[in-house]
Amino acid sequence: MSAHAGGYNADPRLRWVEGLPWVVALAAFFLMPEYLSLGARILIYILYALSLDLIVGYAGIITLGHSAYFGLGAYVAGILAAKVGVGDPLLQLVVAAAAGAVLGVTTGAIILRTRALTLLMLTLAITSVLLEIANKATTLTGGADGLSGVVVSPVLGMFKFDLFGKTAYLYCLAVLLLGWWLVRKLIYSPFGTALTGVRENSLRMHAIGAPVYWRLVLVYTMSATLAGVAGGLLTQTNQFVGLNVLSFESAGELLVMLILGGVGRLYGAFIGPVVYLVAQDMLAKQFPEYWYFGIGTMLVLVVMFARGGILGIVDGILAKLRRKP
Amino acid sequence: MEVFLASIVSVAFHGVALGMILYVISVGLSVTMGMMGFANLAHGVFALAGGYVLTTAISRFGMPFPVALALAFVLVAAGSVVIERLLYSRLYNASDLEQVLFTIGLIFIAVAVARFIYGTLQQPVHLPGYLKGQFALLGRDFPTYRVFIIVFGAITVSLLWFGIERTRWGAMVRAAVDNRAMAQSVGINTKRLFTLTFALGSGLAGLGGGLGADIIAIQPTYPFENLVYFLVVVAVGGLGSLRGPFVAALVIGIADTSCKYWLPQFGAFPIYVATIAILLWRPAGLFGRHA
Repeated sequence: MSAHAGGYNADPRLRWVEGLPWVVALAAFFLMPEYLSLGARILIYILYALSLDLIVGYAGIITLGHSAYFGLGAYVAGILAAKVGVGDPLLQLVVAAAAGAVLGVTTGAIILRTRALTLLMLTLAITSVLLEIANKATTLTGGADGLSGVVVSPVLGMFKFDLFGKTAYLYCLAVLLLGWWLVRKLIYSPFGTALTGVRENSLRMHAIGAPVYWRLVLVYTMSATLAGVAGGLLTQTNQFVGLNVLSFESAGELLVMLILGGVGRLYGAFIGPVVYLVAQDMLAKQFPEYWYFGIGTMLVLVVMFARGGILGIVDGILAKLRRKP
Repeated sequence: MEVFLASIVSVAFHGVALGMILYVISVGLSVTMGMMGFANLAHGVFALAGGYVLTTAISRFGMPFPVALALAFVLVAAGSVVIERLLYSRLYNASDLEQVLFTIGLIFIAVAVARFIYGTLQQPVHLPGYLKGQFALLGRDFPTYRVFIIVFGAITVSLLWFGIERTRWGAMVRAAVDNRAMAQSVGINTKRLFTLTFALGSGLAGLGGGLGADIIAIQPTYPFENLVYFLVVVAVGGLGSLRGPFVAALVIGIADTSCKYWLPQFGAFPIYVATIAILLWRPAGLFGRHA
């Protein structure tokens, strides 16, 4: 089982391949210093995609409103820095995480009682409510102009955020490492096994007496917390918050990244944002029309022909190679 | 008092017009979702296509308004058959997630194509002279075009209801919505029935998009921006029902118009909160059968 798909027989030991993303990330830091701001953005989106994978890939909750928690984290960190005067980045992250958790548990407890279209609709409606608040509460959020004037003091009082984005990159990498470790622990725990059980057959999980609803609320809250942290990171590296963090397009883009990498495979959340954001950096500005056309076509093709995403294709090739000799 | 009364009448009037548009666009979504359980987020694409067909037919080819409106219905319905046979039909047994992703992909493609052909600007609608101006009724003046929308919408709705409730085809549709497997086993060709229903629903969406081009701006991001409205109508009204989305569309049209008139500082906030409240109270919608 190289796919990290969870389940009862999964082997939780670390494999050497799993060190690869971190080696690549560090190599990129030294070899491509001019791309560090893009790199930090990719790291943030990996964390964000990981949080989405937890609920979509492992628990099987379909949501179109995950940007609610990401956007809340971004705005909480931004408001703390620009309006309240709390400059410490770690404190901002903790508060952003707490905000994500509170919104996650309250909305999760409400919406997870429903299913299918109603659930989808409720996630959309919640994000729309937040977007509307952020748009109209201009004194706090800056409205459509965005929230500027975000000042972040040095990390741990020692590492100042520099112009080249070196600190920001390593800081994001450290937070991502922590987030990845938590998510990995979670999916290999009995709790993670229960989640895949709910995804595969919720009726049976009910029948064996598993507290399905509470498990879902718990994982939803954890996911919202991680998304809040990712949002806070985005604010700190950009030193700006725009309304688009809460938009439906942003939630859609995130889903695209996760699907592209592979859902419910842990490292799909790593591959997807790298491929998507690098491609976007190279192509989107020159050919905006073709870019969206390409994204849409790719999404349709992935759903039709390659449901495991890039990692699914790699797994397929590896399995074939192994069978041959 | 008189001023207040006038504003109530005006808000109700514009709200009903918007509600009619929303209903004509969304009713197809309700039926197809109810029948095949297909989470079709790309329904707005058909409405957008209808809007483009109408505006292009009028401003580029100089067609009269009624012809352009009919063309919006026919072309979108025909196009949707092709898309349904080629793409949608392969995913009827796929998971909700795959259907959602696939239809989001379709939206992305449609937005890109629309932007490529028409640019990002809103398409202007050139109404014929007889639909411009004011229409006097009971001592008040109403914009003629909105009166036309309401009357036209009411006729369309009546025809649709007659078709579903009184004809053989309608009985087959109702049977398939209630229990697809059973309908199939008594000899109804549900596949063909669904293609036809899908075409009708998409055609109506195209009609609604064209009819409402003056109210809901025709621009590339249309399917994204109005997705919530179409889904709210269906989710609040109840899947597979004709009556539910009608009530929901009227309520949303009137509520949205009154919010914009009396509480512009809140934007669409009250609508979303009300939607959340209704769905928590009745998860299957106001008229949904599967509670």
